[in-house]
Amino acid sequence: MDTTGTIFMPPESSTIAGEVDAAFYFIYWASIVLFAIVVGFAALFVLKYRRKKRELTSGVAHNTKLEVAWTLIPTILIVIVFVMGFKGFIKMNVIPKDALEIKVTGQKWFWTFDYPEGVNTVNELVVPVDKAVALTMSSQDVIHSFFVPNFRIKMDVLPNRYSMTWFEATRPGVYDLFCTEFCGKGHSEMIGKVRVVNDREYEEWLEEAAFGGEGMSLEDYGAKLYVSKACVTCHSIDGRIGTGPTFAKVYGHSVRLADGREVMADENYIRKSILEPASEVVAGFQSVMPTYQGILKDREIDALVAFIKSLKDKEGP
Amino acid sequence: MSSHAEHPKFLEHHFVEPEQQAASAKLGMWVFLLTEILLFGGLFVVYAVYRAWNPDIFHNAHVHLDVMLGAINTVVLITSSLTMALAIRSMQLGRQSETITNLVITLLLAGTFLVIKYFEYSHKIHLGQLPGKFYTFEGIEGTNPHIFFGVYFMMTGLHGIHVLAGMATIIWVLRRTIRGDFSAAYYTPIEMTGLYWHLVDLIWIFLFPLFYLVG
Amino acid sequence: MSDSPAVHYLNEQKGWKSWLLTLDHKRIGILYLYSIMAAFLLGGVFAVLIRLELLHPGQQYMEADTYNQFFTLHGAIMIFLFIIPSIPAALGNFVLPLMIGAKDVAFPRLNLLSWYIYIVGALVALYSIFAGAVDTGWTFYTPYSTESATTVVPMTLAVFILGFSSIFTGVNFIATIHKLRTPGMTWFKMPLFVWGLYATAIIQVLATPVIGITTLLLILERTMLIGIFDPAMGGDPVLFQHFFWFYSHPAVYIMILPGMGIISELISTFSHKKIFGYKAIAYSSLGIAFVSFLVWGHHMFVAGQSELAAVIFSFLTFFVGIPSGIKVFNWVATMYKGSITLQTPMWYALSFLFLFTIGGLTGIFLGTLSVDVHLHDTYFVVAHFHYVMMGGTVMAFLGGLHYWWPKMWGRMYNEKWAKISVALIFIGFNITFFSQFIMGSQGMPRRYYNYLDQYQPLHAFSTYGSWILGLGFIVMAVYLIHSLFKGKQAPKNPWESLTMEWVTNSPPIHHNFEETPKLTHEPYDYDKVLAEKN
Repeated sequence: MDTTGTIFMPPESSTIAGEVDAAFYFIYWASIVLFAIVVGFAALFVLKYRRKKRELTSGVAHNTKLEVAWTLIPTILIVIVFVMGFKGFIKMNVIPKDALEIKVTGQKWFWTFDYPEGVNTVNELVVPVDKAVALTMSSQDVIHSFFVPNFRIKMDVLPNRYSMTWFEATRPGVYDLFCTEFCGKGHSEMIGKVRVVNDREYEEWLEEAAFGGEGMSLEDYGAKLYVSKACVTCHSIDGRIGTGPTFAKVYGHSVRLADGREVMADENYIRKSILEPASEVVAGFQSVMPTYQGILKDREIDALVAFIKSLKDKEGP
Repeated sequence: MSSHAEHPKFLEHHFVEPEQQAASAKLGMWVFLLTEILLFGGLFVVYAVYRAWNPDIFHNAHVHLDVMLGAINTVVLITSSLTMALAIRSMQLGRQSETITNLVITLLLAGTFLVIKYFEYSHKIHLGQLPGKFYTFEGIEGTNPHIFFGVYFMMTGLHGIHVLAGMATIIWVLRRTIRGDFSAAYYTPIEMTGLYWHLVDLIWIFLFPLFYLVG
Repeated sequence: MSDSPAVHYLNEQKGWKSWLLTLDHKRIGILYLYSIMAAFLLGGVFAVLIRLELLHPGQQYMEADTYNQFFTLHGAIMIFLFIIPSIPAALGNFVLPLMIGAKDVAFPRLNLLSWYIYIVGALVALYSIFAGAVDTGWTFYTPYSTESATTVVPMTLAVFILGFSSIFTGVNFIATIHKLRTPGMTWFKMPLFVWGLYATAIIQVLATPVIGITTLLLILERTMLIGIFDPAMGGDPVLFQHFFWFYSHPAVYIMILPGMGIISELISTFSHKKIFGYKAIAYSSLGIAFVSFLVWGHHMFVAGQSELAAVIFSFLTFFVGIPSGIKVFNWVATMYKGSITLQTPMWYALSFLFLFTIGGLTGIFLGTLSVDVHLHDTYFVVAHFHYVMMGGTVMAFLGGLHYWWPKMWGRMYNEKWAKISVALIFIGFNITFFSQFIMGSQGMPRRYYNYLDQYQPLHAFSTYGSWILGLGFIVMAVYLIHSLFKGKQAPKNPWESLTMEWVTNSPPIHHNFEETPKLTHEPYDYDKVLAEKN
């Protein structure tokens, strides 16, 4: 298993990566040879048969042996390549029975992961090493695509349908997760991380993730959720305008809405903005925020409200 | 190369002889008809896919189509194809007024087809049996009954547009016939119009059973 | 008559009406040439701006929404307004009747109409750009395209209209090739460019109606809310992809087949050598046209179609590569024991061999199921299609343009500057796009406005390449325009080629030939003709 990566491929970090790379490099070397033959002979002929040196040309327009060879050999090569691709593809699509099942939800523009134990995370998929993980995926809006280059897996994520893929990570580490089906303004921000840890660390993480911020002030818990639930993707805390309004100096101030109304940003306003974002869109912004109904528990909403409240006097950059 | 004296008025300068010109026109028109078959073919695929996924709706909805009107329209179009063919025959024999009569009858029959379709469409609009979000009819069992009407209006609508285009072409050819452009030696435009018209008829002959008689 | 007659098709009638109402295939070809070159310029400007934004991660000059519109417009303009009409409508219209000894195409009025339809389609597309611009990608995938607040309907309407232009060109060429060949020119005595145009016309005629119906369905979906692609209404968004690719895959062969036809002409002429394997090349054109209709699902291996469908599409995809490979080998074999000159059109042909081979071979990576899962929707795909479309079709188009330039205008261009331009384009192209193969297999997704830092060096490299590429085209525009005013007078047959268009004057008279031309030799009989001369 090539764990360092090559000029073309990132380090192999799943059980299927080796097979995919083997097919890739078989095609690569066969292509180099074919390319060298074509370009090499063309160059040779250009040099050898310049018009300055010869006026008359040969009438040879056939060579059965050559023509059969250059039809047959490529045909054999592609049959080999097809079989390699076919075998790998079947493995990628047959999900092992005892896999750890995680539900993946794609929406504009973040990923949510739901674990069987009731834990859910945003944009971070934590999995144990050396264990098959089966992903059942669906989209809340348009077509997205789930792509982890290090694992060599990819599958489109569709609305109103489940698509499935699986992987078994072979090395602990943090790997990029990209959305790779164009989905609008935030397509290139829809980046997550797959964190592969050993069994013990995985159990510890599950426990901690399920625990809900006990022992922490609501404000601190809210600060943590601001990042882990991906609010940071669209909302700044220092006055900068993003896809959504900044959280700095919001609580306690009046807000002008897109429909012309002026409202006071109190606890209820913040809670409504999280659960029914389309109902009170701030003037100057588009109504693109998805609802977090079902994604955030009540306590998490309380923590976020506390956090945003704490920013009410924050000065900008 | 023929001298100018033998050069018929209808022979275009890049053709060597009338047979070449007529053969080219025929080939061109057949190829164009092939493109029309592929255009409608796409919609037939849509029909096939959605019928396979929703057999119940297709059955339950189709009873709301008037089979009698559909059958009359089928007879109307087939007859118009006959009169169109007779128009070509008339000009082959050099009979200008007969050609005009046949073309006019073809036009009237085409118009009849569209009138009947107008009544069918109005009725559906009145009842709310419309595609997609405009569907308001209650009385067809199954989920998403609008699917049947979406496919129905798309296919008969596109067909109707082709009937209109065919009528426009027949009017053009009728004008030229009245003007005396054609003779037994040259009637290619009438023939090409005929080919187009037969395709329009043929497409309806598939649409009728698929929508009115299915199930 | 001298090589360059006093009265020819360009000056026989003057004034804008004589051009806008012309029925002369040569003038219509020139009208198309101006149009597609304008489209290429516009599409190219978008490309340079895209690469400029991607020089560094994060926002440089534009917001994400604008960037998304720019890559959509770059794709839509280049595909529908430039590359699909380019060789058939601009070069084919001009050369085809000359090559087969005819005075015009079968339906000159239909020819003019197809240009007008192109212009209307182009204007509707331009309107859509100024009225809000599309941001869906040129592929218009649903449900994003049914929801997007941008001008999807005008742009797809433009595509629908442009489709008719393509269909009518196809109908015209099929009738022309079947019925207007000069006496004695049987099917296997036609030049291979004609075979290329013929196979292309077949695809144009059979495939384009399907994009017509697809765009119509998308327009109805957006305007009448029919629900055909909306899962909440019982529709299926993946059905859109099947419809879209059923046309768009054969469309790429509409792009390459005429280019391959040109390469056969260039290699044979500039090697003064009989083409190797004439029948194999002719049959492979038809073979590619046929198989091209059976492989559309290879764009959808991870889109949600069944695994069985994916396996079948992969298997068939490889078989479309074999005829293309055979052509490349035949072209190289043609050069064997030839008599080769390295004038500009030959440099384009050689560039084609180099670049199209890379483009074609990288297609094999993408047809291989397990490898495609990794490479799909990454920059690897972007690099692949630029190598075949630009390194292939555009190189062939430019080679043909430089080859037939003397015939079209009666003028020669400056050979030195032309060679400098080819070099800049070749080098600039490789720098721009080879780096994208590496980026792609390293995981860089396509259509990304922003990207992770690790991809920055390759992105920067690619952007620098685009500047060299752009410079090559600027140089080309200058010397070509200059040649129209100050170029040397062109002889009838500057390249000593044996195909029939070179028998006419440069530029040809309005009717092409004074008398119906006789076929005195087969198109590539260099061995016989040169031997007789000496």
